[in-house]
Amino acid sequence: MSNVVLNLHNVGKCFATYRSNLWRYLRWFGFPVRPEQEYWAVRDISFTLQAGEALALIGQNGAGKSTLLKLITGTLRNTTGNIAVNGRISAILELGLGFNPEFTGRQNVYLSGGLMGLSTSQINEIIPAIESFSELNEFFDQPLRIYSSGMQARLAFSVATAVRPEVLIVDEVLSVGDSYFQHKSFDKIRQFKEKGTSILFVTHSMGDVRALCDRVILLEHGKILKDGTPDEVVDYYNALIAEKENAEVNAEVNVEQRRKKNGWVFTRSGSFRATVKELVLLDKETQEKVETARVGQKLVLKLTALIKEDIPRLVLGYMLRDRTGHVVWGTNTWHTSQIVNDLKTGDEVEFRLPFTCTLGPGSYSFSPALVSSDTHLENNYEWVDNALVFDVVNTDKGFFIGTNWLDAVFQISRR
Amino acid sequence: MKTMLLALWHYRHFIQSSIRGELKSRFARSRLGALWFILHPLAQATIFALVLAEVLGARLPNIDNKAAYPIYLMSGMAAWGLFSEILNRCLNIFIEYGSTLKKISFPRMSLPVIVWGSALLNHVLLLLAITIVFFFFGHYPGIAWLVIPVGILLISLFAFGLGVMLGIFNVFTRDVGQVMSVIMQLWFWLTPIVYPYEIIPQKLRWLADLNPMVPLVRIYQDALLYNRWPDLTILWPPAVAAMVLFMLSFALFRKASPELVDAL
Repeated sequence: MSNVVLNLHNVGKCFATYRSNLWRYLRWFGFPVRPEQEYWAVRDISFTLQAGEALALIGQNGAGKSTLLKLITGTLRNTTGNIAVNGRISAILELGLGFNPEFTGRQNVYLSGGLMGLSTSQINEIIPAIESFSELNEFFDQPLRIYSSGMQARLAFSVATAVRPEVLIVDEVLSVGDSYFQHKSFDKIRQFKEKGTSILFVTHSMGDVRALCDRVILLEHGKILKDGTPDEVVDYYNALIAEKENAEVNAEVNVEQRRKKNGWVFTRSGSFRATVKELVLLDKETQEKVETARVGQKLVLKLTALIKEDIPRLVLGYMLRDRTGHVVWGTNTWHTSQIVNDLKTGDEVEFRLPFTCTLGPGSYSFSPALVSSDTHLENNYEWVDNALVFDVVNTDKGFFIGTNWLDAVFQISRR
Repeated sequence: MKTMLLALWHYRHFIQSSIRGELKSRFARSRLGALWFILHPLAQATIFALVLAEVLGARLPNIDNKAAYPIYLMSGMAAWGLFSEILNRCLNIFIEYGSTLKKISFPRMSLPVIVWGSALLNHVLLLLAITIVFFFFGHYPGIAWLVIPVGILLISLFAFGLGVMLGIFNVFTRDVGQVMSVIMQLWFWLTPIVYPYEIIPQKLRWLADLNPMVPLVRIYQDALLYNRWPDLTILWPPAVAAMVLFMLSFALFRKASPELVDAL
């Protein structure tokens, strides 16, 4: 079933600037003119995409994500390397491009369908599906200029996804329309994926990444920095952003990442002026180490921080996440006004966090962050993603699902 | 060249509906709609005829018909209109469709082809319209009108070739568009459209002889007014120029195409 639909090999795109456009023109006619300045928007990009695989491109603004999408779509021509596509590519880079406001919805389907290279007879076949998916009803035969922007987006999305392509390229356009339609378009993309369409999309929403993707590529300065599973790359990316902000203050960039045996990705970053010496989960009564907690068990999370350099302030933050990476709970000692001040090298600080395990059955992780204020962006001493992983099992409560246990009781009376 | 044509053929449905769209948006929501096709040239010819013939007393030599001047004028204007519409639209078409070019992959050459198609369609409608106007002047079509398609072909080849070439340069150096709007005005007045060729002073005739638009416009004037076949001896240089420009524009387009979107 290993079926490569997209293969990029050493792809690079260089934007050249010339002293004057005259030089550019001369070069077209075969004169050996050298560009004055070259800017490589993307460089040395190689990856393959299998049928049915969903890949997200993440990275900061200007990392080259959109350029890469345009190269794959074919609107930009790559300077080096080659891009091989096995099948039809459909790109949704901007919804509603190529629409004519004077045309009706139906006529616009023919227009933009034509722009996608479909013939009239092909469009005749798919038009009922577009009409029903867009749910425009009587507006479908009204001119586009009277549409609301959400209606235009609905029409555009319906057209773009009317025929299942081998590769679907999506550039942050899923945030259009109302939440009902967003849901619907997400479902549509998922269906495509199940039928074997490869999805390539750019987004800044890490939630979407985790929900939809099997694989993530992190781009930075036009190069692939990391290529791997969503949890691994997203955590790395978050750590990187934090470090970037930090680097402007103290130029210390440390990010290390490894996958633990239990499958969780462990990402550690910071200036390490203060570090986590020990992090354990204990039973409140017996003070024994807990790896599998019961629903409703009283627990204590104990962290010992070691101060490696004098720091004025120390704040501890926790993030509790479930297996899919969704944050279940999180806070820090800045919010609880329990900041520790004036710490000297060699000091140790112990933080104890007693709590009742009101979590649903599953696997969870604690990510501690030692910082100087309420955000990790100002001074990140140490931030460890998924530092402590534990399982929750339901032994004595009635069956329930979800990530939370509520002490909810049915009260039933017959009348 | 062959792949380019093949791609265009594959996108013919898009080109078709785009041409329809251009036509439609032109007269959308206007009450008189297509009637403007007749009203525009008629109004223009009336204004020129009034100002030049009545006020300035311009007369066509060797012809004694009150309607001759407006007919001459409308013929020349029709030819010029075709030329300037294709040229001006091609000049800006890549910039106009910049965001589409950046986001959607389709044969770029289809854009000037759409311009060409919609200009041709407009032109044919215009010719029909002025024929009707001619009826009112008591001027009826003759056998030499059959040469008009040749005129259309040559003018549009010339305009297309020049327009696409300048349009490509205009993407990188936007001054081209500005300069061209001035040149087009000058060019219009350097071409015998509102005045007859014969009144050009002898010492300036060389300028008119260098101007490829003179024989091209003349095809229309000869056919529509005088019912005369074109003079082939003066027609072949602009015909060759049109062909060469047309081919050249394709060659240039091939070279420039990879960088086109970079500059948009």
